[in-house]
Amino acid sequence: MNMPAVPAEWYLLLSLALFSIGVVGVLVRRNVIIMLMSIELILNAVNINLMAFSRLWGDVNGQVFAIFIITDAAAEAAVGLGIILAFFRNRETLLSDEMDLLKW
Amino acid sequence: MNASLPFFLGHIWLIPLFPVATAAIMLLSGRKLKNDAVSALCCGSVFLSFLFSVGAFLQLLALPAEERLATNILFQWIPAGPYHMLDGRLANFAADWGFQLDPLSAVMILVVTGVGLLIHIYSIGYMGHEGGYYRFFGYLNLFMFSMLMLVLANNLLLLFVGWEGVGTCSYLLIGFYFHKKSASDAGKKAFIVNRIGDAGFLLGIFMTSALLGTIRFVEIGPALAAGQFAIGDPRVTAIAFLFFVGATGKSAQIPLYVWLPDAMEGPTPVSALIHAATMVTAGVYMVVRTNSIYKLAPSAMALVAVIGALTALFAASMGVVQNDIKKVLAYSTISQLGYMFLALGAGAFSAGIFHLMTHAFFKGLLFLAAGSVIHALSGEQDMQKMGALSGKIRKTYLTMLAATLAIAGVPPLAGFFSKDEILGRAFRYNHFLWLIGWITAGMTAFYMFRLLFLTFHGQSRVDHEVEHHIHESPNSMLIPLVVLAILCVVGGWIGIGGRFEHFLNPVMHIQRHTEGFQRVPLRGPEGAIRSEEARKELERDLEATTPAAPSEELILMGASVAIAFAGIGLAWYLYIKRTDLPAKIAKSMNGFYELVFHKYYVDEIYDALFVNRAKDLALALGAFDRNVIDGAGVNGAGWLTRFVSKVSIWWDTWIVDGSIRLGSFLVYALGFVSKFLETGYVQNYMLLIVIGLIGFLAYYFHLAHHVIH
Repeated sequence: MNMPAVPAEWYLLLSLALFSIGVVGVLVRRNVIIMLMSIELILNAVNINLMAFSRLWGDVNGQVFAIFIITDAAAEAAVGLGIILAFFRNRETLLSDEMDLLKW
Repeated sequence: MNASLPFFLGHIWLIPLFPVATAAIMLLSGRKLKNDAVSALCCGSVFLSFLFSVGAFLQLLALPAEERLATNILFQWIPAGPYHMLDGRLANFAADWGFQLDPLSAVMILVVTGVGLLIHIYSIGYMGHEGGYYRFFGYLNLFMFSMLMLVLANNLLLLFVGWEGVGTCSYLLIGFYFHKKSASDAGKKAFIVNRIGDAGFLLGIFMTSALLGTIRFVEIGPALAAGQFAIGDPRVTAIAFLFFVGATGKSAQIPLYVWLPDAMEGPTPVSALIHAATMVTAGVYMVVRTNSIYKLAPSAMALVAVIGALTALFAASMGVVQNDIKKVLAYSTISQLGYMFLALGAGAFSAGIFHLMTHAFFKGLLFLAAGSVIHALSGEQDMQKMGALSGKIRKTYLTMLAATLAIAGVPPLAGFFSKDEILGRAFRYNHFLWLIGWITAGMTAFYMFRLLFLTFHGQSRVDHEVEHHIHESPNSMLIPLVVLAILCVVGGWIGIGGRFEHFLNPVMHIQRHTEGFQRVPLRGPEGAIRSEEARKELERDLEATTPAAPSEELILMGASVAIAFAGIGLAWYLYIKRTDLPAKIAKSMNGFYELVFHKYYVDEIYDALFVNRAKDLALALGAFDRNVIDGAGVNGAGWLTRFVSKVSIWWDTWIVDGSIRLGSFLVYALGFVSKFLETGYVQNYMLLIVIGLIGFLAYYFHLAHHVIH
């Protein structure tokens, strides 16, 4: 079927939006779980970028990298949630501004 | 050593050896010996010396007059090798450990060992109750050794060894009661005053060896003759003068006599032996021994005569007013020594030695008898606390009377002959000097009889407690007194008819040539001829002065006897007949009496001029030492070291450590500032990362923009 092709700029803009949302989420939200989720958004923005250029250049390497990143994100979520769980058991909080043990 | 000499003449070196052996025993281990053993050893050794002396004397007499010289050279002492004399010639300096016996030293050793033996025996009784008995005898024997070395030495340097030895023993014995301050002070004074004279003597020895190239006595005369020295040569005169400086110290002449009165702090036998009979005559002996030098120096001879005459008068005047029995005798000794030097200065060398010998008898006896009096009175020495002792200690009195008559010059006792001889020769030398000697003779008679009368006659002024204990001395003290008294009476007879002078003549007139003389460089044949002429000339001069008209001699003799009796009579009148007069006379000329009584304030003047100036110098040097050496030097160096170390500390603290601390401070400050970035909020770090990212992108786009355009 001959559907009109979606131009690469659209993908990039989506990716940029997702990335920006993720960065802002990491910077402004105090709940570390939400910050973790924002990081997932940033990763997925990268994935979209990789996919878009893979499609544009007809190169499968980008897709391979994207799968790697998805795997990595899953591992990161597992470790990150584990740390958050351990921290919560000690301090009974999930707010990042109360995690200030490493300050001067 | 000369094997051909008879036994005693070949062994004169043993004479000083006996006393030094016992002295060594006493001083090294005498403490363990009993008093009897000490007496036996010490008197025994002196007795042996006396025996050897008598033997040597007899064997010397047996030789013909021209050959009366025995020399024992034990070994060469200082082989110093060649040196340049004053005139540039080479001479070979050598000093032997050598002894020589000629008529002069024979007389001296007989006097020294004879009187010395008697005084040793006397000391057994006198010192018996004193502590340090062995020490006393050890010193006394050491003195005998030194004195015998002095008179037996065959060269000036060995004589000087004896000279210093007797000085040391004198010091030790004056300060024998060293726990008494006055005694130890007197010892030091004697030593120091003697040292001034010794310096002169030593310079004289140096000069002799520089001028003549020898210090052996037998070579001095020939060297003088060979050197063609004119009479009055300033170099020879200088030597004679320097020797006389030494003699004034040892023989207590003006200006160095001040030590002898103080030396009376020593035990009385010491005063008798050292400070009357023997040591103080060393100066006389030395001048006679070097008479060949003096004969070439008439101005030095004149000085000797004048000093001798002045000392005789000056000391006699002080003797008149003294109240301490030993002090009177001390001033008398100085006065009599002055007589001897008057004789030497007048060229009457043998008369001087003759008086030396008779003086040893009567002054030794006077001191020993005075010691016996002091012993009887439990140590009292003040004549104002004596009197009327003649009946209580009769033997002492009689012996002292003999000695007093002898020293006063009453014929036919010993002092008469020797004093008359001196006055006769002085008259021919200079009438004025004779007058001084003549007046002194009267004063001598006066003060000696004053002593005798105050001590033995008149009212008893003895303290009551002492009076009960008056006792005659033991025999060991009396026997020497009696022997010396006999010598006082007969000792002068050997001078009758010029026999004594004749015996001594070879020493004065003949310049002996010995094998050792070859070392003295001669100036060639004409020098030898010239020296022979000089010798004859000298002998002619001497002969010209010797004979005198018999009538003149008789008149002088009469004058001497007259003034002696005048002195005795005056003493009798003032101290027996009119005992109230002396105090009145003293009062009527109070100022003069005070002056004489205080010994003309000579000690005070010396203190003010020399002693205190020396102390000032010492204080100044001490202040210099403290302030400059210690202050600027030692303390300054200490201060400087401290200062440098302080600078070093400052440098270390502020520059070395400081730079390190500055580095650490900078690191710390940087860390302090930058630590505030570590907020601990993970979003802050995130924000920084994003800012960095944005900054990086902005930079990148900025670059790209440039590239495009």
